[in-house]
Amino acid sequence: MESEVCVSFGRAPYFLVYDTQSDVSNFFENPGAASQGGAGIKAAQAIVDAMAETLLTVRCGENSAEVFQGAGIKVYKTTKVSAKENIEAFQKGELAPLTHFHGGFHGKI
Amino acid sequence: MLSGKGGTGKTFVSVNLAVTAKNAICIDCDVEEPNGRLFLKPEESVTEEVYTKLPQVLEEKCIGCRKCVDSCRFNAMGFIKNSPLVFPEVCHSCGACSLLCPTGAIYELKRPIGIVERGRNKEVQVITGILNIGEASGIPVIQNALDTKITEKSIMIIDCPPGSACSVMESVQTADYCLLVVEATIFGFHNFKMVYELVSLLQKPCGVVINKGDYTYYPLINFCKENNITILCCIPYQEKLAQIGANGEVASEKDDETRMIFSTLLDKIRMEVRE
Repeated sequence: MESEVCVSFGRAPYFLVYDTQSDVSNFFENPGAASQGGAGIKAAQAIVDAMAETLLTVRCGENSAEVFQGAGIKVYKTTKVSAKENIEAFQKGELAPLTHFHGGFHGKI
Repeated sequence: MLSGKGGTGKTFVSVNLAVTAKNAICIDCDVEEPNGRLFLKPEESVTEEVYTKLPQVLEEKCIGCRKCVDSCRFNAMGFIKNSPLVFPEVCHSCGACSLLCPTGAIYELKRPIGIVERGRNKEVQVITGILNIGEASGIPVIQNALDTKITEKSIMIIDCPPGSACSVMESVQTADYCLLVVEATIFGFHNFKMVYELVSLLQKPCGVVINKGDYTYYPLINFCKENNITILCCIPYQEKLAQIGANGEVASEKDDETRMIFSTLLDKIRMEVRE
């Protein structure tokens, strides 16, 4: 819970699933992290399959955004460093929805 | 005709060799910016549209088994609200999803992505692949352009895209011999080593043409010596060549010295190929 939120969504090594009702959390590996292409789509699919309702991320791409939109998952932009701080900020209503979705970095930083 | 770096002179060497060989088929596989036709000016051109396949989902037939999503090596499919979602820009048209769908819920739609133009300039057959602007992959256009019959007497010159990526690999698949055009600069040499690695992996015999080689660039010369690569010719930078090129003309038709260079080069390549 003290881990930093990865700057990349599609290539993040792990995702943290947090249940706001039971306070139960667990990590799972991002199946898209090492894909040659379409990492964002595969990662987004994993979020959908994890039955998430909301995603907190630094940034995410257009393809992932399309998956989230289709699945009705809301995306918020993180502002703090750790996962814990961001979840707390979200619960207090301090995080804003992510509105800018990039067209992909494809190897560029 | 390959070169790692763009602007090295692939098209220059290709069109001059084609004109010199006379009985030649010149295929421009640099589908994102095919320039050979600007010099060869083909006549009586016939164009053919090139298509790629894009999977479409019949939602009513989908049973949600996700075989399509799981089979996609390119992650071009998602599965949302009990239905597959296709990402056209990520799809490589491999057909796996429609092949593996147990209920026939996926069919493939033909989508135009470019054209191939076939024309002629005297004895030279000029074939040009042109990819539509914004398309991600020119492979189907290259495949169509290369699907050309060759007679025993003619030679086929394939002008590759720059670099050493998929489109270049596709372009050189059928080649008997690879001509690596290199510029005598650090950048040119760096990218040359990448294409050399590619043709070595594909086990293609190759030779080098140094273009704009006004001075001896030792790293390149030494690399060729160490790897036993034949340097077939060195074309110095000349303002007259730049002028002829800027006028959209073919240098070996305008300039005797250039005609000699390409005539000798062609003979050398023929000898290399026979060996």
